Amino acid sequence: MRYDPPRFLDQGETALSVEFGDTVDPEINARVLALDAALRHDPPAGVCETTPSYRALLVQYEPLEIDRATLVRDITMRLTHDDAATPTERRCWTIPCCYDPALAEDIVEAAQTLGQTVESLARLHAGGDYRAYMYGFAPGWCYLGGLPTALAMPRRLTPRGVTPTGAVLIGGGLSLIGANPMPTGWYVIGRTPEKLFSSRRQPNFLIAPGDRIRFEAIDTTRFAALETRAAQGETLARCESA
Amino acid sequence: MRAAVLIRTAGPGVTVQDAGRFGYARFGVTPAGPMDLAAFRTATCAVGANAAIEISLGGLTLESVNAPLAIAIAGGGFDLRLDGHRLPPACRLSLPPGAALTIRAGEWGAWAYLAIGGRFDLPPTLGALATHARSGLGPKPLAAGDRLTIIDPAPAPGAADALQASWLTQDAAPIRVMPGPQDDYFSPEALARFFETPWRLGARSDRMAYALEGPPIAQARGRDIVSDGAAMGAIQIPGSGAPFVLMADRQPTGGYPKIATVIGADLGRLAQKRPGDIISFQRVTLEEAVAARRALFSALTVGPQQMALHRDMTTEALLAGNLVGGVISATDEPSR
Repeated sequence: MRYDPPRFLDQGETALSVEFGDTVDPEINARVLALDAALRHDPPAGVCETTPSYRALLVQYEPLEIDRATLVRDITMRLTHDDAATPTERRCWTIPCCYDPALAEDIVEAAQTLGQTVESLARLHAGGDYRAYMYGFAPGWCYLGGLPTALAMPRRLTPRGVTPTGAVLIGGGLSLIGANPMPTGWYVIGRTPEKLFSSRRQPNFLIAPGDRIRFEAIDTTRFAALETRAAQGETLARCESA
Repeated sequence: MRAAVLIRTAGPGVTVQDAGRFGYARFGVTPAGPMDLAAFRTATCAVGANAAIEISLGGLTLESVNAPLAIAIAGGGFDLRLDGHRLPPACRLSLPPGAALTIRAGEWGAWAYLAIGGRFDLPPTLGALATHARSGLGPKPLAAGDRLTIIDPAPAPGAADALQASWLTQDAAPIRVMPGPQDDYFSPEALARFFETPWRLGARSDRMAYALEGPPIAQARGRDIVSDGAAMGAIQIPGSGAPFVLMADRQPTGGYPKIATVIGADLGRLAQKRPGDIISFQRVTLEEAVAARRALFSALTVGPQQMALHRDMTTEALLAGNLVGGVISATDEPSR
């Protein structure tokens, strides 16, 4: 469901959640990102940080500098009602991904659960056209919509162990790239040699919410070669305007 | 000029924190930063530091390696000793080389901050020194044998002061919260139960979240929300019905409905609770939350009351003399 106008919900006296809907939906997410871009371009005094998610923008503010009514007015002024006219700077990334069970630790288990072969799962995942909705959970963990419905599966009831660096995961009807190792309830069905997060590189994070993502299947030999190049600071993912 | 401190012992969960790593929540990065911002600011402002060592119930012993250092400590009611001589739980003093400063869990409180005048010689990560151990960002948790180098150390104070402030005292008043943002996921009965229940702080509480034990709070809608951004103090209710309060090391987004959010003025008070402590919540309006914030921040700007530990007392006199009683009372009057 889409909220128009958006709902303004207090999260304590220092944060306002601007909700545009209650579902994972590219149009709702586009409105979140449009407001985020407008607030970053021209931030009202007292706004500290904005955090976009699937369907809401969390606006953290200092209430001793800007009162809630003024903040709501300033946000409302920045809302673009004609979404089609919103120039969102979407880029398209092609990200190398190895689906070989030697690196994709859970792909055999996931394929069995889905009634797929490892090859068909990999082919379906690599054929998807994904939208980076948001980051969450841990640094550089980027949630992707657009997973083929044949690959939708519930998350594990209990988390698996720590993921490998650059894990590509599926769970709950979404895909996910997990930059840093973390325990998770999702299934590791691939691995990318690309560093999606590095505190030593500018930009620290390659993908922005709203970007399009495609995966390019690579074998273990190519993975090893690309991983060496990534370690030397090279960006492997190809980027073009979407 | 450089100085250094040597960590002799450190319990689990002793970390370096600055105000926090802001601006990167959009990339999944947790701000971290102090659990008790008011105590952190008291310690750092007292000696002109931008970061502090956050001490857990596990405690810490350190010494200055080569020069007297300006030190300030503030937090819960911790047990502080300088070479065995007892200090008040919040104080500013000169730490002479070789003397052991020990900070252990005391009568109440869960966190204390030790600030050293000057700057830690540590590289910032994404612009901040805050430690987020779970994701490996920032300095590693401190351990015995670690040396922290101090750049441009501040001159050590001649006399020692006790620091006294309302926000550094134990306070059993309810924790104030604003309902929402997802209080509409709960029935009026469940909301009433949340506010009526004396919650017990669970053992599985840490810098990430404080777990509350009590009767389960049922969700009326029986499903999770689509994940959204989560502020410190947000109280999530998962399917089990057991609430947990998101703290400094929280994930930047959460997928459980948030029944209420702890107001900024009470986050530090909540942080200072220990497992087993009883916590009740009181509903306040936005206006009341802002007024409480203004009052606390104004008081923080004025700073704590500084009381000489003893007339003409220096750290040397403290170490040489037998003035323990006077130190505890933190007044100019001799005491027994």
